[in-house]
Parts: sequence; structure tokens; C-alpha cells
Amino acid sequence: MRTTIDRAEVTQPSDREVQVTRSFRAPQALVYRAYTEPELVRRWLLGPPGWSMPVCEMDVRVGGRYRWRWRSDENGAEFGFSGTFREVRPPSKLVHTEAYDPGTVGDDFPRNDAIVTVTFMQEGDRTTVTTLVDFGSKQARDAAVATGMTDGMEQSYQLLDRLLDEQPRA
Amino acid sequence: MKPDVSNRLDATFLALADPTRRAILARLASGEASVTELAEPFAISQPAISKHLKVLERAGLISVGQDAQRRPRRLEGTPLAEASAWLERYRAAWETSFQRLDGLLDEMQRASTASKRGRQQTMRRKRR
Repeated sequence: MRTTIDRAEVTQPSDREVQVTRSFRAPQALVYRAYTEPELVRRWLLGPPGWSMPVCEMDVRVGGRYRWRWRSDENGAEFGFSGTFREVRPPSKLVHTEAYDPGTVGDDFPRNDAIVTVTFMQEGDRTTVTTLVDFGSKQARDAAVATGMTDGMEQSYQLLDRLLDEQPRA
Repeated sequence: MKPDVSNRLDATFLALADPTRRAILARLASGEASVTELAEPFAISQPAISKHLKVLERAGLISVGQDAQRRPRRLEGTPLAEASAWLERYRAAWETSFQRLDGLLDEMQRASTASKRGRQQTMRRKRR
């Protein structure tokens, strides 16, 4: 039996994928709702403090579209994701494409849509959610994650820049 | 992010993907060691260990010390710091959202328990 994961875990199952795993103390059906009802999604899918989600539109059915957009309360910077649902199996699985809209904060690296597979697995009173993002290529993954895919925040870039500047060059 | 950093991260993650290599790094964290010393705890040949060491060296995770006889390997911290900072930043962003989701799920469960109780009370009243 797999153990539950109380703290988000990030792994790289292959050189073109990133996987995030986390357990929640709630039944599968409830977690699925929190992931698929826009008015619930916009209450938690916010990243670091100081960001809001002014746009959260989701038509959760095969072929349906979604559009997410975040805005920094501090400086009004924006970025977003959009895509199409490919597989919708309540309450256990969701597959959707993901196009990155760099808005005013991101890089301009051209990349294909990523494929995101979200699975919900209940064990006792816990539900483990696994989010697998397949970027299609190693270059796209590196670019996406390195430029701050989910937390495409200016603040993080600055921290990273500072960190990299501090490191002695190999 | 600069391309050389991206390539270095890639080499780092490849190097860390193997349990023997992670064990070697753990050993080197407590001080430099020769190839023979590094091979000791493992049930694999010295050439196999040397192969692992090459991968670690290419990734910049270890370097070879001054002593020409022993050629001790030692840990290089920079690529590890970059890799863990990169992953930690990504992880932390998710964790922040997930903690909000914890709160939302609690709220949803309280609401559904309350409405269930409400329904039961209404039913009981109806039955009376």
C-alpha cells in the first residue's frame, strides 16, 4: 500500500515530464469537485500569496475549453494557461492540454502544448492527487519549469537570478 | 534562465536519478574518499563505480582532489544547490496552493456534514 504524501512532492519521471503528488484528507469526489468547479478552483489554485485569479473559466467535458489567468496584486503582472479537456472521468481522472500564455511576466520561449494528466486516488479517508505534466520534449520542460511555469512570478525570477549570480561559475 | 544552467540542471538530475550515485554523494558529504573507499560498501565492481563517478563528474557534482596517488573524489555543492533550489521553488508554489486546498476541502466537508444533518432533522420532523 502506498503511503500518503502530506507535503507536495515533485519528481521527474522522464526528461520531458514533471510530476507533482499530494494527499488530501477528503474523499475523492470532493477533491475532484475542487479541481473541476471554477468557483472552487479559483479559491485555491493561486500559487504564492499576493496573486489572484481574475479569470477561471472551465467547461469540463471532453473537447471543452478552459482558461486560467493570474494577476499580481502588487504590480498587475499577468500570465495564464488555457487548453482543452481530452479525458474527463469523474471522480478519478482528468486529461487536458495546457498552453502557456506568458502575459506580461513570462519568457517568450515558443513551445507546444503540454499534456496534463490528473489522477485522484482514494485510500481510506485520504485522496492522493497526482499531476503529471508531459511537455513533449526536454527543452520545453526545462524552459517551462526553469522560467517558473506554475509560479511565473517576477519575484521568483529575481530570487533565482540572484542565486545564480551568487554561485561561482563552473 | 541561461542555457548553460539549464544543461547543467539536466546533467544534475540525470546523475541523481540513480540510487548508487546518490549513495556515493551521501558518502562524500562526510568527506573526500578514494575510488577504492567509495567502492567498499557496494556489491559492485570498481569499474562500475568508476562509471558512476564519471557521470557525477560530468555533472559537476564531484571533483578529483590534488593527491595524485589517491585521487580522492569530493563533493561539489553548486550544481546540487541549483537543482534543489529549482525544484524547491516549483514545489513550494504547489504546496502553497495545496494548503489553501486543504482549507477549502475542510470547509466543503463541514458544509456537507451540516447539510446532511439538516436534512436528517427535516426528515425526522416530517416523520413526527
